[in-house]
Amino acid sequence: MTVVSERTPLALPGGEPSAQNHLGVFTRPTATQGWKSWFTTVDHKKIGIMYGAAALFFFLVGGLEALLIRTQLAIPGSDLLSAELYNQIFTMHAVTMVFLVVMPLAAAFANYLLPLQIGARDVAFPRMNALSLWIWLLGAIFFNSSWLLGGGADGGWFAYAPNSGVAFSPSHGMDFYAVGLLIMGIASTVSAVNLTVTVLNLRTPGMTLMRMPVFTWMTFIVQVLLVFALPVITVALFLLMFDRLFGATFFDASKGGDPFLWEHLFWIFGHPEVYIMILPAFGVVSEVIPVFSRKPIFGYPFMVGSGIAIGFMGWGVWAHHMFASGMGEISVLAFSLATMFIAVPTGVKILNWCATMYGGRLRFTTAMLFSVGLVAMFTIGGLSGVSHAVAPADTQQTDTYYIVAHFHYVLFGGAVLGLFSGIYFWYPKMFGMFLGETLGKWHFWLMMIGFNLTFGPMHMLGLQGMMRRTWTYSDGYGFNTWNLVATIGAFTLAVSVTIFLVNIWASYRAHKRNPVNPGPDPWDARSLEWMIPSPTPEYNFDETVVVEEFDEFWHRKYGHDEDGRLVRIAPTEEVAQHGGATGIHLPSPSYWPLVMAVGFPLVGYGLIFNLWWALPGALLMLVAIYGWVMEPPDAPSDHHDDLEGPDPVDSTGEPAELTSGEAQASAESDDAEEADSSEFTTEEAPVG
Amino acid sequence: MAEVSLEPAQDLEFPDDPHATATGISNPKLAMWVYLASDCLLFGGLISTYMVYRNRPGEIEGLAGSSLQISELFDIPFTSMTTFILLMSSLTMVLSVTSAMRGDHQRMRLWLGTTALLGALFLGGQIYEFSVFVSEGAGFTTNVSTSAFFTLTGFHGAHVFVGVLMLLSMLGLSFKREIEAEGVEVLGLFWHFVDIVWVVIFTVVYLVV
Repeated sequence: MTVVSERTPLALPGGEPSAQNHLGVFTRPTATQGWKSWFTTVDHKKIGIMYGAAALFFFLVGGLEALLIRTQLAIPGSDLLSAELYNQIFTMHAVTMVFLVVMPLAAAFANYLLPLQIGARDVAFPRMNALSLWIWLLGAIFFNSSWLLGGGADGGWFAYAPNSGVAFSPSHGMDFYAVGLLIMGIASTVSAVNLTVTVLNLRTPGMTLMRMPVFTWMTFIVQVLLVFALPVITVALFLLMFDRLFGATFFDASKGGDPFLWEHLFWIFGHPEVYIMILPAFGVVSEVIPVFSRKPIFGYPFMVGSGIAIGFMGWGVWAHHMFASGMGEISVLAFSLATMFIAVPTGVKILNWCATMYGGRLRFTTAMLFSVGLVAMFTIGGLSGVSHAVAPADTQQTDTYYIVAHFHYVLFGGAVLGLFSGIYFWYPKMFGMFLGETLGKWHFWLMMIGFNLTFGPMHMLGLQGMMRRTWTYSDGYGFNTWNLVATIGAFTLAVSVTIFLVNIWASYRAHKRNPVNPGPDPWDARSLEWMIPSPTPEYNFDETVVVEEFDEFWHRKYGHDEDGRLVRIAPTEEVAQHGGATGIHLPSPSYWPLVMAVGFPLVGYGLIFNLWWALPGALLMLVAIYGWVMEPPDAPSDHHDDLEGPDPVDSTGEPAELTSGEAQASAESDDAEEADSSEFTTEEAPVG
Repeated sequence: MAEVSLEPAQDLEFPDDPHATATGISNPKLAMWVYLASDCLLFGGLISTYMVYRNRPGEIEGLAGSSLQISELFDIPFTSMTTFILLMSSLTMVLSVTSAMRGDHQRMRLWLGTTALLGALFLGGQIYEFSVFVSEGAGFTTNVSTSAFFTLTGFHGAHVFVGVLMLLSMLGLSFKREIEAEGVEVLGLFWHFVDIVWVVIFTVVYLVV
């Protein structure tokens, strides 16, 4: 089989100019390989890999900030960092980890896997997919450029007024926070609309909603949550921006503004955001555990249903972040109850994972270890979470290290461990090589030890009364020991992440020396993405898969004998596709997503420093929109279905199937490999 | 999204319809519906903000700054007229969509242009209204209630502006290449949404004082 560097070329004739001068000057780029192709690609797999690589880079940046925090707090009375710098570092650490690491890493998996798991060739709007990546990436760079332009954001990641106002935060840091998050919010909205439509519309024949893998389901729920949650933070951020940059007083209590409004708007977004970060990891674990237990997921409808329940109930618990704000008894009671209830569907998931493992033939690969790690660590975080539902206790815990311990157990012990599990699990599918298991296990165990050393003691510190965000503490409060332990834990985590990076490098070297392709199905897995060669060919599937049941691929490999025992009915080679398809039409690359995305940070700098500077950015976006609409739809030999003319003929000489995004299994064709001559509609909604 | 099927696709080798999707709704149209759902919460947040702040300078004594209330400056007959113009633009949008579906491109262009014109008239009315308010001393930063008012109506105006741009672009594009009827329909969805939002804003902001 092929290795990474020798991808099968696209059916789109490479190098051939696609300049048909459709509407004057607009042509489409043609490169599908080499470094240039990454800038113009609309391939959901390349976009997913870029999301992942960028998120891992920001993981290192955020991790470095965490190490600075822990070094500062290692001993009492430390003056390594000034209080001012400390404020910037913990704020930047939090925003980086939430918006620049966990969300994009989940987006990486969503982009790469959603189309594969539902048997599609790409997402519904490939160019919009590239647009979300570039807007997000440039927004992230824009946000971090604040370090060089007067200092980072310093009002905490939830930016409560008055700390977020100009009076208490005079640098441009919070401006970059408001505008940067607005830009990244636009990216996430575009991506969420795109992936929602993809899941609903691009499912292969027979792939009903209740046959979709759990990862697809959880990611779908996340996209729906994003669609509804992001506009709320968008409003809040606009109001903050108007306050800071244009002299409004929305959150200035002395002028009639209401700091409460910010808290409500922020947490109406912020609590669904918590599930936006954790549900993708739950999805990953729900894929990994069945594979390495050799059992189907226990209670599939309940896994899906509890995910939906979490999605719905996540909208009714936001004010448990505000118990200490004095919002009134009735509100406190209502949100307490709702918070206790939301633990139920989460508990259903934990129990179902345990039931899946129960009686299974377990294989403790690194991916499985990380998944089991999530189940254990998230349970601890979930338990401390329920303790927040008890309002009298929560009032004591608010803004202490107990809260810091809790959310690191759910976000690090939950989301990050789950996403690492996904990296080890799907690495062979993405890159055609394994990540080393020995180093992987070192990575896992050091991470577990380091994680518990870092965040476990914070429970104690919080209950002892140590406030979060305090830049230093005095000797004699009894904080010394646990803080030192936590710092040692943080550096253990740093070592484990270093081992992970070494593992990537070592696995690549080993693969170079002795290339062994893992084959389509290295783990004996269950869902559709394992039916196709590793690494995934550009066009995904040779032919459209017609799905008849949940875990379709597994059921093509295994059946039951008369005693009900599991027996193999077909070897993997027979069931899997071989990746030799030709004549498959894919959407052409495009310059315009990147061009349009560049406009966003330009407008951002304009808003902050000088409105005139926003003009070129806005013009660039406008040009890009028209370029986007007017660029020719596809390769020279194709006509788009909104054009007049005789029946279009594709490069193989057969009539092209003009379907909208759907791969079409042509029944008449004798040759299965030639069966697929469908094309994508790259035409977007005019608002695109 | 009510039409999402839980049943297996009836015909496994899709029917002859080249636009077949798993839900039967085309990708652009579904994307527009999802986007509009998202936009509902954007206006939800903005309307809530206005509701919280609308009478604030009058209600709270001893606040710094102007206690002027924007609602004292409203000219209801004038805004009713611009509201009527915007609502009529929904009618012309519908006429444009039906013309496009019949394949009558002349009429489609006529009604697209009319819709854009009515939208622009509405925007002109809003600009006039804003300038009157500012000249009466109620600017964006006068107090929280004026800020909330200009933010809410300004966001709506921006939506109308984008809608007018898209209408004109589609009109221009229709001379260059054939416009799919569905493209006009999807644009129509956006336009009607913006109208409906204005009905809510007009009621909540202007009529419920």
